[in-house]
Amino acid sequence: MKKLINAPERVLDDALAGIAAAHPDLSVDVEGRVITRAGGAGQGKVALVSGGGSGHEPLHGGFVGTGMLDAACPGEVFTSPVPDQMLTAAKAVDSGAGVLFVVKNYTGDRLNFRMAAELAEDEGITVESVTVDDDVAVQDSTGTAGRRGTGATVFVEKIAGALAEQGGDLPSVAAMANRVNAATRSFAVALSACTTPEAGRPGFELGADEIEIGVGIHGEPGRRRETIRSARDTVAVCLDAILADQPLAAGEETIVMVNGLGATPLLELYVVFNEVVAALAAQNVTIARNLVGNYVTSLDMAGVSITVCRADAEMLALWDAPVNTPALRWGS
Amino acid sequence: MDIDLARAWVQAIAVAVGRHKDHLTQLDSAIGDADHGTNLDRGFSAAAAVVADLDAETVGAVLTRTGTALISSTGGASGPLYGAAFRALGKSLDVPVADQRAFAAALAAGLESIRKLGTAAPGDKTMIDAYAPAVAAFEERSRQGDGFAAAAQAAADAAEEGMRATTPLQARKGRASYLGARSVGHQDPGATSTALIFRALADVAAAP
Repeated sequence: MKKLINAPERVLDDALAGIAAAHPDLSVDVEGRVITRAGGAGQGKVALVSGGGSGHEPLHGGFVGTGMLDAACPGEVFTSPVPDQMLTAAKAVDSGAGVLFVVKNYTGDRLNFRMAAELAEDEGITVESVTVDDDVAVQDSTGTAGRRGTGATVFVEKIAGALAEQGGDLPSVAAMANRVNAATRSFAVALSACTTPEAGRPGFELGADEIEIGVGIHGEPGRRRETIRSARDTVAVCLDAILADQPLAAGEETIVMVNGLGATPLLELYVVFNEVVAALAAQNVTIARNLVGNYVTSLDMAGVSITVCRADAEMLALWDAPVNTPALRWGS
Repeated sequence: MDIDLARAWVQAIAVAVGRHKDHLTQLDSAIGDADHGTNLDRGFSAAAAVVADLDAETVGAVLTRTGTALISSTGGASGPLYGAAFRALGKSLDVPVADQRAFAAALAAGLESIRKLGTAAPGDKTMIDAYAPAVAAFEERSRQGDGFAAAAQAAADAAEEGMRATTPLQARKGRASYLGARSVGHQDPGATSTALIFRALADVAAAP
């Protein structure tokens, strides 16, 4: 294992201290493992709190700021945070308008956020939760823990965060978050496995010319393994899976994210995006907005995920609303 | 079970989990995300430290605080699941000394809380596959008139048997479920840690 760390058990502490030093707009409680907006959320604004295992940066801490999250709770690497973190976060950011928990659909995250919601309710904080489950690689949702939450998390946090910033109340912000999740699908392929600092070895083995089709962001296995093919063919596999699950009609507008899993050059991500543009254009589907870059990573995994959100006019307007976070920043 | 035995149990679990940390993580890297050993080691170490300093007046206080510490320190799915189980055990034992029948009922309450929270059923390849037979064995031996140590011994044996029986199962819950048929042939890490917990109980109950 080659990693730029001091010790495996210190990775999270050291990284959080670095985040604090790099981003004065964030308030980082290194010991309590909570990242909040330095200025606090606005009075009367619904607060958005998310969290999950570390190793997916910039998710979630990189999305704390105006127009997106009010707090993020980083767990150990690939391990869900504990309820105390979300309770601390909820208490710090609730201004009376209530808190929306944005939870990715993994058993650990769901259980810990559910306990946190109960604890917060005990303290008089109104909590709603949205579960993000966009990964269509998981086809059997009854014999498994269900679809995993991946790229759609960024869209949910951005769009629902914008609505909260504009004064939407808790039921409307939660409804919008659910709408975005329901309209969004993702699919990923891995070119190499990732290595957690504690394990020190790759989570799975891929042959030199093999790719994992439908991989999860913790290296969960996908649908099958294949020999690597061109970017065009690989994009076709991803989009086929996404569109089989949620067909798009000609003329529909989308927000598309081409996301690197941690060790994929931006050059290749643009090659992939170019193929996505061509493939959707052939179906007369419009990419109204896009993100190309590393947003939901999986440590040092090489690979890409594609996320497609069928966006209506309201979602697009909220997407365009100003955002000021370490990882997403536009408008004023 | 009295307060000292409850404390000794929690500390014995922490020692056992520490000793088997790498094994648990190894099992988890085959079908999960390679953090079960690390997480449980962190959780039970924290719980052992809490109960060591705890001025408890009931068995329940020791076990409830254990559960709270597990929830606060473990993370992952195992933190809430074991945490809820120990809290349920604790709530059932609000006495300085719990008799065997009360302890059997408390174990069953712990199982019920895991079942409720995790929505898993026997055969899903989870901790329930070790926990459920352990509770049944403890109850059965108690009904037959065996003492606490013998019942705990039977529970540990049953948990280990249940643990081994998870190997041919296909996972239907948790992260291993994404493997589908590929989860077959691997022993479940959660069932393995549950077996450690019951073996620790048998060991402290047998100690003079």
